[in-house]
Amino acid sequence: MTEQEIYADLSKKFGDKVIEFMEEGTLNPTVVVDAAAIAKIVTYLKDDERFQFDSLMNLAGHDGDVEADLSVIYHLVSTELKHYITLKVFTSRVEPKVASVAVIYRTANWHEREAFDLYGINFEGHPDLKRILLEDDWEGYPLRKDYVPAEFYRGMRIEKVK
Amino acid sequence: MGRLNAEEMVLNMGPQHPSTHGVLRLKLRTDGEIVSHIEPVIGYLHRSFEKHAENLEYQMVTPFTGRCDYLAAMGSEHGYAMAVEKMMGIELPERVEYLRVIFAELQRIASHLVAVGAFGLDVGAITPFIYCFRERELILDLFEMASGARLLYNYIWIGGLAHDVPPGFVEKTYEFLDAFDERVAEYNQILTGNKIFIERAADIGVMTPEVAINYGVTGPSLRASGVNIDIRRTEPYSIYDRFDFDVPLGQGLQGTIGDSWDRYYVRVLEMTESAKIIRQALDQLPVEGDVKSAIPRRIRPPKGEIYFRSENPRGELGYYIVSNGKNVPLRLKMRSPAFSNLSVINEIGQGWMISDVIAILGSLDIVLGEIDR
Repeated sequence: MTEQEIYADLSKKFGDKVIEFMEEGTLNPTVVVDAAAIAKIVTYLKDDERFQFDSLMNLAGHDGDVEADLSVIYHLVSTELKHYITLKVFTSRVEPKVASVAVIYRTANWHEREAFDLYGINFEGHPDLKRILLEDDWEGYPLRKDYVPAEFYRGMRIEKVK
Repeated sequence: MGRLNAEEMVLNMGPQHPSTHGVLRLKLRTDGEIVSHIEPVIGYLHRSFEKHAENLEYQMVTPFTGRCDYLAAMGSEHGYAMAVEKMMGIELPERVEYLRVIFAELQRIASHLVAVGAFGLDVGAITPFIYCFRERELILDLFEMASGARLLYNYIWIGGLAHDVPPGFVEKTYEFLDAFDERVAEYNQILTGNKIFIERAADIGVMTPEVAINYGVTGPSLRASGVNIDIRRTEPYSIYDRFDFDVPLGQGLQGTIGDSWDRYYVRVLEMTESAKIIRQALDQLPVEGDVKSAIPRRIRPPKGEIYFRSENPRGELGYYIVSNGKNVPLRLKMRSPAFSNLSVINEIGQGWMISDVIAILGSLDIVLGEIDR
């Protein structure tokens, strides 16, 4: 199935939870969906016979600009049917909340922890959401564009890099 | 008499432990010798690769990618270069493509040699490790000839190579290949069929295809479970569609499909296949061609994003790159294969003895540098 067909099917099924289809400016055609509905949508994509998206290749957080919303990108592939889809959700910078897919794809467990660690995105329904790469008591979310490092970490000076 | 209840004990394996292949800490919950839960604690080698990449020009990121998976630096550089080239629509000279494949496959052999040797070492077989490193040295000699470095190369550049291979390189690579098949027979003699090794690895830590796919396990560890997915074959990149090679799958020859022994043996078989690819690539290698002719003067991919994946020795290496049209990436995420491969250890390691967990970990072949990035 092409990404266009998958988008058409999704928007029929989920209505306004499926926001738009992006083909320009990306080499992986992307469907933008609602952040709270992402878990339902991937469950549908995984379980439906026609899609069989059984593998989540990648999950990445993204922050484009200090003015803009944060986003999370999901790259799915079906190992049976060999087709692809990329999903994207946007969430507010002040209170970033996205439904977790960690129970559906176990690989998302660590990937979501990483996005939480580096972007501070809260994945609701995640079984064990905590930092993964940084120390538990690290302050701030380093990959955010508005990140300002603390002056000290446990008494050690953090060098300013520009 | 009442039931004797042994208390569960939490045992720390690592961060400093010879069998953790780097700096990894496993929090084991044990009931006597039996492990009931494994929680990997990672991040000890975190060097903020992705944060650095947002402040570096595209060509300056290349050496960093090699430092993530330091046992397969050529593979990491190759994947990164291909992702940016695809964004920019760069066509490469044939000679560059062939040389890249030769280096990527040599790197695969070198990486699998470490995996196979270190797995033997983990379960108590010291000699095979020395054998494996003997051959790895020969490959590193070839890398040194071409790039001047033995571990971290910065050789595959966006749009080409740092420089062409020196005279004598092709002959020396043929020499290596001629000797290599016999050497693989030696590993089989000393380790593959070794009774003690089979006892330690067969039937241990069986991973079913469903578990493997759901956890995002890729590469030899996935194929050992009998899943026929090799990105070189399923979505050929570079010029992999021109070569004739097999994709070895786990068959459960000594036990169950997807056990630690299968994960080991798939790697042994893959080395022979890689040698086959290198030989074909050397045979077809065009003599003419400037390896630097396609390197762009300014690397500014057009606005947009890409997720590009390639088959690294450890599995699917993906780069998610977002460009805003400047010479510095807006976002660069490396989807590292070992990150997902390690996350499965709690699922397949539960219920085994502590010494089996070490065998399972060894069979997964992780590199902490790319897990922590």
